[in-house]
Amino acid sequence: MSAWGPRTVARMCLALACVPLVATTLVATAPGASAGASEMPALKAGVFDPPRQAPEFTLQGSNGAELKMSAFRGKVVLLAFGFTSCTEVCPTTLAVFADARRKLGPAASGVQVVYITVDPERDGPERMKKYLAGFDKSFIGGTGSPAQLAAVRKDYGISAEKKMYGRDYTYVHSSFVYLIDRRGRIRALMPYGHSPDDYVHDLKILLGE
Amino acid sequence: MRAGLVLAIVGVGVLAWAGFAPIHTASRDQIFEIPKGTWASRMAGKKVAILPDHIRLTLGVRDILVLKNHDDVPQIFGPTLMMPGQNFRLPFERAAEYQFACTAHASGQMTIVVEPNPETPWARIRWRVRELLDTLS
Repeated sequence: MSAWGPRTVARMCLALACVPLVATTLVATAPGASAGASEMPALKAGVFDPPRQAPEFTLQGSNGAELKMSAFRGKVVLLAFGFTSCTEVCPTTLAVFADARRKLGPAASGVQVVYITVDPERDGPERMKKYLAGFDKSFIGGTGSPAQLAAVRKDYGISAEKKMYGRDYTYVHSSFVYLIDRRGRIRALMPYGHSPDDYVHDLKILLGE
Repeated sequence: MRAGLVLAIVGVGVLAWAGFAPIHTASRDQIFEIPKGTWASRMAGKKVAILPDHIRLTLGVRDILVLKNHDDVPQIFGPTLMMPGQNFRLPFERAAEYQFACTAHASGQMTIVVEPNPETPWARIRWRVRELLDTLS
């Protein structure tokens, strides 16, 4: 019984008191949430709150006409930035768009893909038209002067940096896609790498509004 | 001796709790905010770092990146341009490493690592210890 002296009892009490203290601390420092603890956002893409109006621009369209953002009011727009010589991000993104439109069926008529170049040196309207038709003939490209395109990129928060490789060059550019609703508001941003099904999911929601 | 034994039992109990108790938390949001006056501070030459260039999220626990611009001017924040008073909420559903071009960082890039849900006891212990250390630091 000598082991149960006052000091031992005090140590035990201290040790036992630590259990809830540590447990409480660990719980309190877990600021995330368990599955189902909070509602998942309705869209797979990142959502802006409040949404802002998509800045207007006037560029040369790959269809030979003037390309204005306001012309697509009433449609849901997938707005992407890239360049036709891109070998990684752009072909994947455009193929995903095409697949998503196919999966949407007739509802795809309410969706417009707009693809704006960051490489005006190489991407004229004809070249963009030919390139985009390889994915989906409904896609529209936008090009213009370097100053015009830089202004559009600034308005939309797009980065594009030219990198030289010997005599050739490439661009490192923002790879995400804006989802613009029928009222012309930037509703969401889809990071690179999402599947056609994710786009279908979000487009159905935006088309249904 | 007995006190040592009790301490050992308590230690094992804590470890068991940390390893087997489900992670319950109030929100899955990982929030980053641009405080009001950030732009003015930057213009005054102060170095203001708001968003780390490396963010770790955990699926099913904290897998929603939330950005808030409380400043009076538009800001490039992480992957996007945010208007004053605007929030951005980006959920992640797949464990992977995501790279975003971000001009706000010297590297020009921001990396978000989304780790799998801590389903094993060891993963839960590791997650809880890391959270505790992050909170204390």
